Amino acid sequence: MLNPMQKILHILLALSMAAGLLPASAWAGGGSLLPVVPEAQDRFSETQGCVEPTDEMRRNHMEHILHQRDETVYRGIRTKQYSLEQCINCHVSDTPDAPRYSSEEHFCNSCHTYAAVRIDCFQCHADRPVKSSNPQTLSGQMKSDMQPSALSAMPHQALATEVISHE
Amino acid sequence: MKQQIQFREIDGGMRFYSLLGFIGLFVLAGLGAAYFMEHNGHHVTGMTNQIIWGTPHVFAVFLIVAASGALNVASISSVFGKTPYKPLARLSGLLAIALLVGGLAVLVLDLGRPDRLIVAMTYYNFKSIFAWNIILYIGFIAIVAVYIWMMMERRMNHFTKLAGLFAFIWRLILTTGTGSIFGFLVAREAYDAALMAPMFIIMSFSFGLAIFILVLMAACKWSDRPLGNLIVYRLKNLLGVFIASVLYFVMVYHLTNLYITEHHGVERFILLDGGVYTNLFWFVQILLGSLVPLALLYHPATGKSRGWIGIASLLVIIGGLAQMYIIIIGGQAYPLELFPGMEVTSSFFDGGINAYVPSLPEVVLGVGGIAIALAAVVIGTRVLGFLPVSLADDQVDPHHAA
Amino acid sequence: MSDSANIDTYRRRFLGGTATALAGLSVAPGVFLHEVARARPADEAVTSDVRWGMLIDTNKCANGCNDCVTACNEEHGLTGHGRPETDAQWIRKVELRDKQTGHTQSLPLLCQHCEHPPCVDVCPTGASFKRADGIVLVDKHICIGCRYCMMACPYKARSFIHEDLQDQLPHAPRGKGTVESCTFCVHRVDNDRTPACVEACTAENHNAMVFGDINDPDSDISKQLKQHSSRQIRADLDLNTGVRYRGI
Ligand code: SF4
Ligand code: SF4
Repeated sequence: MLNPMQKILHILLALSMAAGLLPASAWAGGGSLLPVVPEAQDRFSETQGCVEPTDEMRRNHMEHILHQRDETVYRGIRTKQYSLEQCINCHVSDTPDAPRYSSEEHFCNSCHTYAAVRIDCFQCHADRPVKSSNPQTLSGQMKSDMQPSALSAMPHQALATEVISHE
Repeated sequence: MKQQIQFREIDGGMRFYSLLGFIGLFVLAGLGAAYFMEHNGHHVTGMTNQIIWGTPHVFAVFLIVAASGALNVASISSVFGKTPYKPLARLSGLLAIALLVGGLAVLVLDLGRPDRLIVAMTYYNFKSIFAWNIILYIGFIAIVAVYIWMMMERRMNHFTKLAGLFAFIWRLILTTGTGSIFGFLVAREAYDAALMAPMFIIMSFSFGLAIFILVLMAACKWSDRPLGNLIVYRLKNLLGVFIASVLYFVMVYHLTNLYITEHHGVERFILLDGGVYTNLFWFVQILLGSLVPLALLYHPATGKSRGWIGIASLLVIIGGLAQMYIIIIGGQAYPLELFPGMEVTSSFFDGGINAYVPSLPEVVLGVGGIAIALAAVVIGTRVLGFLPVSLADDQVDPHHAA
Repeated sequence: MSDSANIDTYRRRFLGGTATALAGLSVAPGVFLHEVARARPADEAVTSDVRWGMLIDTNKCANGCNDCVTACNEEHGLTGHGRPETDAQWIRKVELRDKQTGHTQSLPLLCQHCEHPPCVDVCPTGASFKRADGIVLVDKHICIGCRYCMMACPYKARSFIHEDLQDQLPHAPRGKGTVESCTFCVHRVDNDRTPACVEACTAENHNAMVFGDINDPDSDISKQLKQHSSRQIRADLDLNTGVRYRGI
């Protein structure tokens, strides 16, 4: 059981995190109260870790994923930036002993447990990277000027540099 | 001067709580069965990719159909101005809502994703008769609730007739809608009939009244309130008429189907060589569920006995469940005709009669739905004055010479 | 460069940018309609200029051959659970025997991707839907598992998932309590490839299945449809199926 002080601390921490007040390092590595969020496998760009600034992702990743979900399902839009498949590819290790969503060591669940959020994404979606037998399903927009092999090797880098070059 | 009917809630105490506890056990069992099915997935039931809708749907559709029928007594009193039925109108409204809730609960608990009920409420495909039914059901509950309120609140009494009329029309649409769920399945021969919707309406009259009679007799007995023969005989005569009407519709339905050559196969299946479905049809639906109750209700001896009237009502309910079973499951057991004139086989059971055995959790869930409805009636009569203090003959009809 | 421009467009559009961004596209919209179909950029929505269809020649379909079914199962990770009554089948081989003559035939049966799909009409939530390019899908995010679509489908094309699943493939998410059916391999089609079943049939040199855009008069499938007589299964229902058969 938590005593009242601890409870208040919890709430404050949760609030400040939601507001993006705490730096990422304190969040990931911090005291025992905080969730241990696994490192991503890759970076979006030199200057940016995730596909949007980290604060934005922490607060609104679900909006991006939801939007992308409907775009893909109904309109056949298969860009990669906000695709759940890419989240998993980057945030969950592809080793055979990688954690499943049921584990608190899984990237998504590490925080969802902490924030008491229940999702059902992984009843249907793969919760670990799966070596796709369909390299081109990952390809999206780059397929015309890249070889599939090059693609699966460095999907993020490719996407990132192209986007950055236009900013 | 017109006599005022007195209503009072039933008493609490041991009898009330033990009855509620007893019913509660079945409700709990039903919920447990639903959890078991949900947790393991539907492979633990008898339902398959061939028999898509199973026993839960038999119970659910039966309850929903009976719900609109249970409102009949109220309609007869308010809309058609038959005063002897007036003391029963409130109970009739309560039972209608209760049965509908019970049926919907079964339907929802059988969904593959009952946790997404909120989705069912927020995403509507207005082309879907199913979506329309959801609106019809919710509307029915609301309208009947208002109707009951008009009956209970003296200042509102003069709106009763209007509310009753509205509820009556709504219930006709509702049953039509329920029947259309099957009518829209054009690809399945058993359901491809214009007669489906009117047949469902007349079925609802019969099933709803049978349940009403049983509930009324039980309620009066257990709350020690007098129930005169006058009203009981009226109700049982009405039930007899409804049973005969259903029988007539069933006959016309099968005769028209026999006129349509493409439907010969499925007719043969139900009427002649469908094994369990044929037996259910002739022995349970027709004999036990229609002819025997008719005889019981009109025979000079049994027709005067409360016990036999109760048994006849029970038989009508059993026959009704059998009829639903034949329509819903028999209709799916008969294979889809994709290639006329061909013998069809596949790994997906094309071309053969599809096997189905109801599983225990399905039956328990279905019975749980009935229990939910009964629990709602018991609680309803406890908290509000649904039941008249007396239904003795002189109360029902002051001009009645005892 | 055009591809990176597309990403840019997508981002700007997503952020509420104006349509002027479209000017950056190297292919002006609407100019090469069929071209769009063939190489639709990943950030562009499907349109009704295309209607995907399939033509199956039962004369070429070998009795006892199950290659299309195996390919489909592999492609989507459909593994059986030893319960044939509840295991999912998106495509199945159906054997026919003429009751009069004894002539036997064999053909694959899958979702017919109807133009007027009964499954879509009856679905209460709108989870069953038809994409602009004619592919009929289930949005499993809003499917409540009522199975009314399965009752309505004349071809028995749909399966309900009766158990928990694990390790689904990323391009074929599927899970307990929802309904699914053939997607025409929409993940492949969106990337300019043919469905797995067609690929397998062609690889074995049976060539019984052709896939393509039936709105494009120059496509292989349209030419074959024009040249030979073909029919829809249960044409009496007027569903205008996307899958047509020759030889039955
Ligand atoms: S074949 Fe069945 S599942 Fe496929 S579109 Fe037609 S009705 Fe729907
Ligand atoms: S099972 Fe799902 S897709 Fe089918 S009708 Fe119900 S909600 Fe729609």
